[in-house]
Parts: sequence; C-alpha cells; structure tokens
Amino acid sequence: MSALRRPELLAGWGRVPSSAARVLRPGSVPELEDLLARRGGSLPMIARGLGRSYGDAAQCAGGLALDCTGLNRILELDLTTPQVRAEAGVSLDELLRVLVPKGLFPPVTPGTRFVTLGGAIASDIHGKNHHLDGTIARHLDRLRVATPGGPVECCPGQRGEVFSATCGGMGLTGIVTEAVLRLLRIETSSMLVDTERAADIDACMARLSEDEGRYRYSVAWVDGLSRGRHLGRSVLTRANHAVLVDLPADARHDPLRLELGRPLQVPAAPPISFLGPVTVAAFNELWYRRASRHRAGELVPLARFFYPLDGVAGWNLLYGPRGFTQYQFVVPLGEEATVRTVLERLSRARTASFLAVLKRFGAEGSGHLSFPRMGWTLALDVPLGSGGTAVLLDGLDELVVSAGGRVYLSKDGRLRPEMMAAMYPRLADWLEVRARLDPEGILSSDLARRLGLDGARRPAAAKVEA
Amino acid sequence: MIDATGMPQTAVVIGGSSQIARDTLLLLADRRLRSVVLAGRGEAALESTAAALRARGVEEVMTRYLDVTDTDRLDAFAKATACELDTIDLLLVAAGDLCASDLDALDAKTVSRAIVTNFAGPAAAVAAFLGTLRAQGAGRIVILSSVAGVRVRKANLVYGAAKAGIDGFGLGLADALEGTGVEVTVVRPGFVRTKMTAGLKPAPLAVESSAVAEAIVEGLETGASVIWVPPLLRAVFALMRLFPRALWRKIPD
Repeated sequence: MSALRRPELLAGWGRVPSSAARVLRPGSVPELEDLLARRGGSLPMIARGLGRSYGDAAQCAGGLALDCTGLNRILELDLTTPQVRAEAGVSLDELLRVLVPKGLFPPVTPGTRFVTLGGAIASDIHGKNHHLDGTIARHLDRLRVATPGGPVECCPGQRGEVFSATCGGMGLTGIVTEAVLRLLRIETSSMLVDTERAADIDACMARLSEDEGRYRYSVAWVDGLSRGRHLGRSVLTRANHAVLVDLPADARHDPLRLELGRPLQVPAAPPISFLGPVTVAAFNELWYRRASRHRAGELVPLARFFYPLDGVAGWNLLYGPRGFTQYQFVVPLGEEATVRTVLERLSRARTASFLAVLKRFGAEGSGHLSFPRMGWTLALDVPLGSGGTAVLLDGLDELVVSAGGRVYLSKDGRLRPEMMAAMYPRLADWLEVRARLDPEGILSSDLARRLGLDGARRPAAAKVEA
Repeated sequence: MIDATGMPQTAVVIGGSSQIARDTLLLLADRRLRSVVLAGRGEAALESTAAALRARGVEEVMTRYLDVTDTDRLDAFAKATACELDTIDLLLVAAGDLCASDLDALDAKTVSRAIVTNFAGPAAAVAAFLGTLRAQGAGRIVILSSVAGVRVRKANLVYGAAKAGIDGFGLGLADALEGTGVEVTVVRPGFVRTKMTAGLKPAPLAVESSAVAEAIVEGLETGASVIWVPPLLRAVFALMRLFPRALWRKIPD
C-alpha cells in the first residue's frame, strides 16, 4: 500500500461533487485485469476515462480510480466489415483521426469527442441519430470486460446478460478493456445541414416529429430562458453525411479531410460564474436571431456539426467553482406536456442556462440501465450553488417519474436513491448480474454509493486500516 | 455520499441535544438524510430528536451518550461510530454551553470547564474523526461557532474566548484539509433563542434556531465556508472589528 500515490481530488465535468481517491494508471490490459482480480476486497475502485460524465460516476472517494486513458491502442481496423477493435481507453478524438480519412465514422457519437470508448459503453451513449440507430450498444460486436473474477468476453449472443448489464452499467459490472465497434461508411467529412427556427416548444416538437426518417441526425437547440409565448423557442438542425456529389467540384479531390481546428482555451478557472442569467439571455437572444429562419443543404465540417462545444476547451470552468449539473431526462411520446412544464419551471426560476438540447429518441435498447427509451429527451445545464436549485430539481424528478421517464445517470450528481427503481424498471436484473460478477462489491463509485447501486455497506472505519 | 447540491445522506452530530442541530437535521431529513448518529448528554432531548427524525423518514437513527469534556473517550467513540455508518457525510459539531462571565464568577474551575465545553472538547471531537474523514476522501465538518468569538465582549468573555478558539480551529482546519475531499464550514450565529439562551435578554438581530438551520442547509448547498446568521451580521462585525477598544469596552451587556 505504501507504493500508492497520495489521494487526488477528482470531480466530473460539472466540477461538483468532488472527492479524493488514489489514481492508478495501468499501462496494459493484463495489468488492469490483474489489479482487479488481485485486489480482494480492500479498497473499492472505479474506472475513469476523460472525466466527461457530469457528476460523480468516475470517482470513488477513499478508494482507487483507475485511469484507463493509457490503454488507448487501436488493435485492428477491418476495412471490409467495416469495424474497429480497440482498447477501451482510446478517445473518440483519436478514433476520428484514424477513421475519417479512411471514409469511416463511429456509428454513434455524443456532443464531445473527448470521451473514451470505455466510458461511452459504460454510459451506453446516444447521439443525434438515436431515432434511427439507437445507442452505441447496438453497434458493438464484442466486449472484453475485466471483472474481479477475471476477464470475461461477451456480446449480445454470448453472455448476453453480462453485455446488457455492462452497456450503460456505469462501470459497476466490470471494466471494459477492449471493444469491437462496427463502423459507418462516409464519402466525405462534411455534413449537409438543414436549419430552421421554431417559435415555441410545441412547434419544435411538431417539426421534430415530422419527416424524422429523412435525416440521420436530428436535434433542436432550445432557449431555456425564453418565457411566455416564446417558451422553448428553438433552432432545429438536422443533417445527413454529405456524399461526394454534394461537394463543390474544387473540394472533391480531398473529400475526407478532417478539420478539427484548435480549440480556444479558457485561460484560468474564474472565481465566479460568467454564465449568469443576464449573459446567457443575451447569448441566447443573439444565437436565435442569427439562425436562419430556414436554410437547406448547408455544407458544414463534421466537427462543427457534432462537437460545437469542443471549440472552447474547459468551457465547464465558466460556471465558476460552485459547478453545475446537466439535467437530462426522457419521457415517453405523449408526455409532451411534461417537457413543457419542465421548461416552464426552469425558465421561471431563471436557472436554466445556455442552450438546452431537445431530441426525439427511437426504440429502447438492451442495456439494463441504459438511459434512452422511445420518447422526448431534454438536456439543460443548471448552475448549482444558489439555494433552491436542489429542491427545484427534486420537483422535476417527481414530474419525470410520474410521466414514466428517467434521468440520465452519466449527467447526474444529485438524484435520490428512491427514484432509481421507478426510473429504471430493469434495475433488479442489473443488480443480479452485478452481484454475480462482483460479489464483494469491489467496483464502486460515489454515484453507486449515493444511489445504492453498490449493494455493499462498508463501515467507514475499514478504510482507515486500508 | 454528499451529492452535487451539497446534501448529505449520513450525519454524526456532536451535541445532539442542541436545538439548532435538531432543526438542521429535520431540514436535511426532507432532502437526502437516511442515517444519523446523535451523540450528546441530554438523553431525553436526544430521544426526542431521534423520534422526530424517524417520523420524517430517516431510516436509521442511533443515539449515543457522549460528554465532549471527557476527551479521553472521544477516540473510542469516533471509531465505534465509523463502524456504524458506511460513510460520514456530515459531522455537525453543536456541543457548547453558556457560562457566567462576571468577574466574581471567574474562577479556575468555571473558566476551564467553559473552555473544555466550548472549545477543547468540540475540537478534540473533530480531531477524533479526522482519520476516518481523510481516509474516506469526502465529507463536510460543520462547526457551530458564534459571533461572540469574532470579537470578544467583556459581558460574555469566557464563552466568547472559547468560541474564538473553535472558530479559528475550524478556519485553520479548512485550509489544512484542502485537497483531501473533506471540507469545513464555520457557522457564526448572533443571538439565537434556544433553551441555552432562555431567560437572557435577546441581543439585536436575534434569530430563532430554525433560521440558523435554514442558513446551514443553504450554506451546504452553496458550499459556503463561513455562514453568518442573520447574514447582516457579516457587515455589522466588519465594522465592530474596527471599533477602538476604548469604545468597545463601553458596550453594555
């Protein structure tokens, strides 16, 4: 134990809550597998990637955080299937740099490319194409998972329950070390984007419900601060990958050029929040006015379409030291009124900040704790640190649960444990698989302990001896 | 675990018969609190608070006899308590008592007892939990100080001096614990109408204990390191600290 480093303070992208854990950086998959199999019951541990989950999913107070970003080798690229086999610590950014020039693209991508493959699987991420393509789990051919009982290989047809518990399992059934991901073929690195404005939330949802099959990618950016008859005014951006003939003739010689640009850097963590209601309202107004009423067929580099926020590195610091959370929920189709009520409450409280993202999800996947289900999902950044926000969010949970919906664990840092079973009806299945794979509860995180997912109560004192 | 909004799920209270502690726990019970250890001397008050917490839905409430002035017992108490809870999210230190301060009453025993009750005992209790808190890598210590300790008045000099001690201990500890995941909040109420102050003439800006409780819960949410109750006292004492001593000593009881 003396070889261990001093504890480091860790937090998610929202900067709160934080807790201290010892960070280990395994240099190879066998080293990680060995670490997990050998460490019988002393310190709890959780895998950590690039720290982009918003809350407390990738930290383990008083335990170990296994930084997996060193396991980032791309092991095999099969251009015929096409599919890629890679270690789970590889980032989407690293994958894009290899895949895009070869005319390939990840089948599912979130709003940032700075996530690891393992983190993406543990969150069972979705993208703007969920209505057609589902979550990342649907595109995985095979997983290798390190568990306290040793490495396990699984896929939907083989140890399917391990696969379903691990995709979306928040790293608590095992640590994904390797994955085979099926890929999408693209002809160009550009997107063909249609943009239109919607005057309010009802118009926005109506438009998103129409012709959704025409676009592979579909999302609406909603002004979370607009009220009254402008409630939920939004800009819809819907797109497909551009094919070669969509490009102007002079761009066709190099259609797969990947332009990621150099991100601006937030120079230092400011002591206060720059994103208050006044600055954000001004920003949102400008952004809405600038958007075209209707523009079709605009050619946009894929990074600008998929990862607009990656253009400002460390943008999370702008919310100040008190941090923020992202409230993302889904409710079934037919519960449009709930989406409207949530927007109303947040805009009335003047806490909803920046742009919210609204999207229509397609069918639910196989992951036991996977977030997406058929319906509407809305994601909003909510600054924390002012009294009253906690109670406001608790009230939203009640609304979401009574509408048959749920909150996204990878964005969460504050859900109460009582909500879990109602929001995730397959929780019992998941707990059963977890108990089998990790009977001693070695895999744990602050999120797991907060929500009662770790199934093991360990006395605080046991950790003193450790 | 403490969540992103600063709300604890478990708490240990030193001075569990305090009214401010009771009101604070009742508010936290409406949020996330599920396990509590109440430690203190007044058995009836401990049991009454425990019953009220259970009625608010706290799953697990344990009461323990503890006299903070018996500092030799604190380590054993801390160790036993750490075994009873899976983590200690909140350590609330509310032990303390007023003490006569007129010159005729100042003898060695009275002064020493007041300092042990209000400073040495509570500080030692915090120290007894430090090992557990640091090892768990998370947690918040909330220490009830008082404006009486911000600048000591002759009318209240022993209590004030002891509170000045615990206040300084809390602030210094907060700095020492930076980066460990354990955070410290120092609460500085003015005159609070409680059973401790019953029979005394309320000072200006007096508040109810529920107001202190609300300020503490809000402070947990905002992550405040010092909480003044009412908040106006921050400004009042910024001025009072500047008073020349010749003027300060003229302030009547």
